[in-house]
Amino acid sequence: MQTFKAKIQIRLKSGILDPQGQTIAHALQSLGFSEVQAVRTGKLMELQLQAENRKAAEDVVKRACEKLLANPVTEEYHFEIAEAEEDVTV
Amino acid sequence: MKCGVVVFPGSNCDHDLYHVLKHVMGLETRFVWHKEQELNDLDAVFLPGGFSYGDYLRTGAIARFSPVMNEVIRFAQKGGPVLGICNGFQILCESGLLPGALLRNRDLDFICKSVYIRVENTDTIFTGACQPGQVLKMPIAHGDGNFFVDQATLEELESRQQVLFRYCDHSGQVNEAVNPNGSLNNIAGICNRERNVVGMMPHPERAAEAVLGSEDGRFIFQSLVETALNAVS
Repeated sequence: MQTFKAKIQIRLKSGILDPQGQTIAHALQSLGFSEVQAVRTGKLMELQLQAENRKAAEDVVKRACEKLLANPVTEEYHFEIAEAEEDVTV
Repeated sequence: MKCGVVVFPGSNCDHDLYHVLKHVMGLETRFVWHKEQELNDLDAVFLPGGFSYGDYLRTGAIARFSPVMNEVIRFAQKGGPVLGICNGFQILCESGLLPGALLRNRDLDFICKSVYIRVENTDTIFTGACQPGQVLKMPIAHGDGNFFVDQATLEELESRQQVLFRYCDHSGQVNEAVNPNGSLNNIAGICNRERNVVGMMPHPERAAEAVLGSEDGRFIFQSLVETALNAVS
């Protein structure tokens, strides 16, 4: 078994109102960041998992996203998987 | 008729609901702990408001996998009446018993105030005692009540008369100015296709006694009672 780390990004599907992102954009603009045109927010989750190989780890993360971590009605997810250098369990 | 009020860790309207069902409506009622896996003694199941599991991840996302939810889903699939109020509505959407999702309120505020809702359809177990177009006054108290669903499903909800309540003004006019949270089509409550599972953001259990400023919430519970009586006769 190998240890992997997955970084999962979850965000609202495009077209769905993100009032938090809008509020942050307004705040940045009022602070003088006139270059900022829009902000979208999301979540970042880091999972540590054990799997036979990278393919198996990807499969676990995909199932976790679809079953619990993302709501397919409103959210989309994207993840990257890397082999963990060493067990980082605290 | 025996009612069950499910108690998740973080439910906080469970006692209000129990009080109204048992003491105001006079129905036999018991609490159902979220780890229970036996609902066979019940005729109706209620998912109360609150902040189950601290609203972590998404509202209702963790509660949806509580052991009791398998039984709630089975109960609903057999045609049993299920009402989810506020967080209960969010849990029903996460579980797939109801379509759609409840997003963060449009203006990001947690909104706690009385609103008016118009009864759009009376052909369900929980709206049968209302009149079509009747305006009810009851409180909302939520941070995530912005009902969202994709366009195709929205059209299906509308054409199948699954929208039960819409936010309106005191005279029953539905418009964007009285939409508290940004919900599509001012939707405050819906039912499933089979019409036995109902979810609503407003709190009928907080508006079932005159001392609380409105008794309109009673129509929701009275509907269940009348449906049961009709079934007997």
